[in-house]
Amino acid sequence: MSLLSVRDLTVKFGSRTGPVTALNGISFDLARGERLGIVGESGAGKSITGFALMNLLSKPGYIDGGQILFEGEDVAQMSPRDVRAMRGDRMAMIFQDPMVTLNPVLTIGQQMIETLKAHRKLSTQEARQIALVKLKEVYIPSPQDRLDQYPHELSGGMRQRIIIAMALLLDPKLIIADEPTTALDVTIQADIMALLLEMCQSNQVGLILITHDLGVVSQVTERTMVMYAGRIIESGPTRSIINDPQHPYTQGLINALPQQTPPGQRLKQIPGTMPTLATMPKGCPFHTRCALVGEGCMTHVPSINQFGSSFVACHEVHRLQNEVPAEDVS
Amino acid sequence: MNSQRDKTPLLRVDGLEKRFDLDRGILESLKFKNGKLAIETRAVHAVNTISFEVEKGDALCVVGESGCGKSTIARMIAGLLSPSGGAIHYDGARIDTLRGKALLPLRKKLQMIFQNPYASLNPRMTIAQTLAEPLRYHNPGQSKGELQDKAISVMKSVGVDPAWGARYPHELSGGQRQRIAIARALTVDPEFIVADEPISALDVSIQAQVLNLMLEMQETHGLTYLFITHDLSVVEHFGTKVIVLYLGSICEMADTRTLFEAPKHPYTKALLSAVPQLKENQRSHIRLQGEIPTPINLPSGCPFRTRCPIANTRCAQEKPQPLQQADGSVVACHAVEEERLGALNPA
Ligand SMILES: Nc1ncnc2c1ncn2[C@@H]1O[C@H](COP(=O)(O)OP(=O)(O)OP(=O)(O)O)[C@@H](O)[C@H]1O
Ligand SMILES: Nc1ncnc2c1ncn2[C@@H]1O[C@H](COP(=O)(O)OP(=O)(O)OP(=O)(O)O)[C@@H](O)[C@H]1O
Ligand code: SF4
Ligand SMILES: [Mg+2]
Ligand SMILES: [Mg+2]
Repeated sequence: MSLLSVRDLTVKFGSRTGPVTALNGISFDLARGERLGIVGESGAGKSITGFALMNLLSKPGYIDGGQILFEGEDVAQMSPRDVRAMRGDRMAMIFQDPMVTLNPVLTIGQQMIETLKAHRKLSTQEARQIALVKLKEVYIPSPQDRLDQYPHELSGGMRQRIIIAMALLLDPKLIIADEPTTALDVTIQADIMALLLEMCQSNQVGLILITHDLGVVSQVTERTMVMYAGRIIESGPTRSIINDPQHPYTQGLINALPQQTPPGQRLKQIPGTMPTLATMPKGCPFHTRCALVGEGCMTHVPSINQFGSSFVACHEVHRLQNEVPAEDVS
Repeated sequence: MNSQRDKTPLLRVDGLEKRFDLDRGILESLKFKNGKLAIETRAVHAVNTISFEVEKGDALCVVGESGCGKSTIARMIAGLLSPSGGAIHYDGARIDTLRGKALLPLRKKLQMIFQNPYASLNPRMTIAQTLAEPLRYHNPGQSKGELQDKAISVMKSVGVDPAWGARYPHELSGGQRQRIAIARALTVDPEFIVADEPISALDVSIQAQVLNLMLEMQETHGLTYLFITHDLSVVEHFGTKVIVLYLGSICEMADTRTLFEAPKHPYTKALLSAVPQLKENQRSHIRLQGEIPTPINLPSGCPFRTRCPIANTRCAQEKPQPLQQADGSVVACHAVEEERLGALNPA
């Protein structure tokens, strides 16, 4: 049995003009200890997916259908009490801004002890010991002193390390990390990513890493899901997605990176912008920007089908396959 | 004499410094020192004795971590902030001492683009009004029709439909807004653009659109850029030269190719090793341990020495001076001078 099995998840937002669909038929599985990346442009629905998995959506957002089976239980159907018991315990979330999680008026130790005691029958002394061990595991220098410090007394990188320690506090089975290093400098980002990877590997923790940085995804995850306008448009082994993308949008996303063009030359840009929830076109949501667009694309949403080692939602993916790449013509 | 003149760089920065004083009230900063009462002002040493030149046609990129002084340098060059020390020359003439009306001719030649296009565009002005404003300001003699024609031609040159003229900034996407901000900078036909993280807030696909626009403007308008970013893949693509800044000082300055092929300063090496690679599986990066210093209490000696894996006692005592290397790069590091970089290996 997989750790997480999401089937046909649909999320909507209520609005004055009626509900709009933010997530449309999201389905995927995550095995125990597996690391999955979710990538896509701003507004694609990455964070909403993370929130929905934790049953953390707040009004006007709601789950409109589908299943989120986590260790066999449907998170979408859980009582608020069971959801609270699950969060932070079996499933933990790491956000871009550590201050979303940290309480500014409590010391690091107080917050860790409080979390431990809320989920386990422990004395304060026992909880403090566990907190100390966790801080050591994430290589926090002088962990004993840190327990008595307040969040504002720590640097951004140190705070994100503390957040990872807190996420690991109750030995969760799954960590959902939403842009955990976007606000940090490159050298510190590399440290935090290496740490997250090490922690997940050595404790067999599943990881869902939400990011727009394809380099990070490439270094940390085994599988990748590409989202566009609230749908999964391609998913597969990370190596295949990066080295041999199938969907025209994934290809566009990777080709647009500066690394993909010799210095000084024009980058390969994707024309246009992603549609908003209110202006979603009929048919394939990417057809307004797609170079391969055919007639069916404007009327029918493509279903997601296996293609080589990946799954791709594109009517024209076969055409793409048969086309000879430009550099091979000599 | 004439050849001397030709070599005048478009922009020359000499020993530039910026301190932001922190304590305002005198009473708070009265301190006992050696048994005497002394006035002590605490300050942020944001930029510390920086010198560099920008030649016409260059795209000089400035990289470095958050708070290292990138924006402060940009704002001093654009005349939005006055330096605490040093001098800035543009086309041979000193500009950092200019005030008020005397700045006007310079403003026309040198324009700035900011990170957040939403904050830099007036939300209550239509796009047409936004573009007409600097035109009117710098060309008081021109008729309404002439100004309008100019605005329309600039919009077209940045790939903006002139029909958008009636829209407000909130009706545009981030990439569209940044293109308007670039269009506004271009309306007065500048020579030099200071761009402070112009694409950092944008998605990859939109970044490519804006970067292409800037490359195109460089070719068609012969623009020179000072480009601030923290994305090294953008530097490698766009920059002709790079400055690596750390805690308000230059660690390393080189042609882009030289910097990426043969980085020398330990901080540059750590920075390059930390960029997540797209294709290959990465060797582990150089881990920087130690305290991250603040620009309020600058470390003695080398600014990088608290995190440098190969710092020694000389590094703690003496600030390394920028020295020219055989390949033309300029590096400020004792270990490079002493040729003892071999100890620096990824963890
Ligand atoms: N409270 C809300 N009400 C209405 N729409 C919302 C709300 N929150 C998010 N959305 C919409 O849902 C869509 C998905 O948003 P989401 O935050 O998941 O994007 P994302 O992929 O995480 O983007 P980013 O990279 O910018 O974080 C967007 O179109 C967004 O505008
Ligand atoms: N007006 C000010 N008063 C006091 N300190 C300031 C002021 N402006 C900037 N600083 C400080 O000067 C230092 C350099 O700031 P600057 O904005 O130039 O950094 P930066 O390199 O642009 O960083 P980022 O990448 O975060 O934009 C920082 O420590 C900052 O806090
Ligand atoms: S001068 Fe010393 S401390 Fe500074 S970078 Fe070089 S070796 Fe490191
Ligand atoms: Mg998000
Ligand atoms: Mg800045």
